[in-house]
Amino acid sequence: MTVLVDISHRFGDFAVDASFESAGRLTALFGPSGSGKTTLINLIAGLIRPDRGRIAVDGRVLVDTDAGLFVPKHRRRIGMVFQDARLFPHMSVAGNLRYGRWFTPAAERYADFDAVVELLGIGHLLDRRPAKLSGGEKQRVAIGRALLASPKLLLMDEPLASLDEARKAEILPYIERLRDETKIPIVYVSHSVAEVARLASDVVVLAQGHVVASGATGAIMQRLDLLPAEERGEGGAVLDTKVLRHDEAFGMSVLGSAAGDIRVPRLAAPVGAPVRIRIRARDVMIATEPPVGLSALNILPGTIVAVRPGMGPTVEIAIDCNGAIVLARITEQSKHTLRLRLGGKVFAVIKTVSFDSATTGAGLPVEADG
Amino acid sequence: MNWLLDLTPDEWNAVRLSIKVATVAMIASLPPGILIALVLARGQFWGKTLLNGLVHLPLILPPVVTGYLLLLTFGRRGPAGAFLAEHFGIVFSFRWTGAALACGIMGFPLMVRAIRLSVEAVDRKMEAAAGTLGANPPWVFATITLPLILPGLIAGAILSFAKAMGEFGATITFVSNIPNETQTLPSAIYTFTQVPGGDEGALRLTLISIVISMAALVASEVLARRVGRRMDIE
Repeated sequence: MTVLVDISHRFGDFAVDASFESAGRLTALFGPSGSGKTTLINLIAGLIRPDRGRIAVDGRVLVDTDAGLFVPKHRRRIGMVFQDARLFPHMSVAGNLRYGRWFTPAAERYADFDAVVELLGIGHLLDRRPAKLSGGEKQRVAIGRALLASPKLLLMDEPLASLDEARKAEILPYIERLRDETKIPIVYVSHSVAEVARLASDVVVLAQGHVVASGATGAIMQRLDLLPAEERGEGGAVLDTKVLRHDEAFGMSVLGSAAGDIRVPRLAAPVGAPVRIRIRARDVMIATEPPVGLSALNILPGTIVAVRPGMGPTVEIAIDCNGAIVLARITEQSKHTLRLRLGGKVFAVIKTVSFDSATTGAGLPVEADG
Repeated sequence: MNWLLDLTPDEWNAVRLSIKVATVAMIASLPPGILIALVLARGQFWGKTLLNGLVHLPLILPPVVTGYLLLLTFGRRGPAGAFLAEHFGIVFSFRWTGAALACGIMGFPLMVRAIRLSVEAVDRKMEAAAGTLGANPPWVFATITLPLILPGLIAGAILSFAKAMGEFGATITFVSNIPNETQTLPSAIYTFTQVPGGDEGALRLTLISIVISMAALVASEVLARRVGRRMDIE
């Protein structure tokens, strides 16, 4: 399954001129507001007709201006979850969910109503009216509605942007399940490092209507220079780990990763569950010798593989810890004092308490909210 | 109360005819009313101001003028009237159908205004969302737009009905005042006021007129509230 986009479109004094190709499970279109990511997703959905270009999903050409081809949105079979949910106010939740099913040819209906309702935990809402739902519930219903049209591709346009932190934490696990348990590829628009690092398999970085980088999430997240200024502090290494055990006495969980064991505050995820963590570059200290008498619990040995100038008087040091790259942001002075250079053997030091729900995810909540 | 309900056959006919004319005028106006309201609310085309003016003309012109224009166009010798009579057997002049046409035309601007306002209030993003779910434009209209403008449709329909119940000038000019054929309630009341001793009849029909109009108004309120509660837009 690949998504291929190569378009140029202009309205007013804003121009989008972007091309990318992705075969990821969940491709994030990432960039600050005004970078053109919503325009791109609207172009894929068919809500906007581009001035020039080509869009193809899984080999099926949807737009080709040279050939005069433009498939209207209702024939694309591309599901869309909008930032503002857009549930139909005159239908119940069940009515909203079943809406797309009507228009799907019977042979192409793969989405099962009960399975989707169960996946999103919305069974208790079916008889309600959209106006009676909370923001998080609306968004889950909107996701279900898009899924039940049995789409070939699911687009999500900042589905969490209008929600508070608690609601975001409520929905994120469902999107993870969607990514891991269904076969539908997802294109996800976001300006949040936390969401992208946690959800995306691939990232396309946009700025001022252009693609500035694209690739696997781990690689992109280490390029702190690509992140919007206000999100730069959130940048860092992204590691895929597994829960090894829970340490109930100290309220911690131990995660196994290529870099070694990493202790984080107690997670809800069960032993054996995969957990993707993000280690903010600003949270990582560097020691040139094995530290002793230190409160920090995570000490990962590694080799410096890159030294890059960072913002202001800082440098970014990439450390290869047994194949996993950990990124550290330190001052020029520290680099100078410790004489850090390429190939140097160092220890990356990370405090357990520097991990929080935004960087470890919480795992699925024990029970869905009522 | 007895004298109120003790109507002569002619008076009964006037009541029945009025309700028939108003109902037909309202129902026949709905499809073109929705179409014109949609075009005015969403269309961008040359001559939109002209169309808007044309629709509102019956509201500004003296009703007699509208009636006379109808007579010229839809009368037996009028271009539209002759065509319709010859090819479809539809005759308007001096028939109750003519009264319905006059009433429909007079109520049309009111109906279009009410529907247009509700069309403009529809969140077009809802329609876009329905499109991404596979609904083609006619289905989007039927399942999203139409239900969302229902309160405006009801308001417009009731306004048109009420206007038709009270229409006098254009009707009497176009189809005259023929008992049992074109004599609607207002014409009948007018006739009573023109003859000696007609006061009692005029008063009876006036009260009936008030009751019907009030009933229509209450019905529209109840309907609109029910639709509103069902919708519950935040």
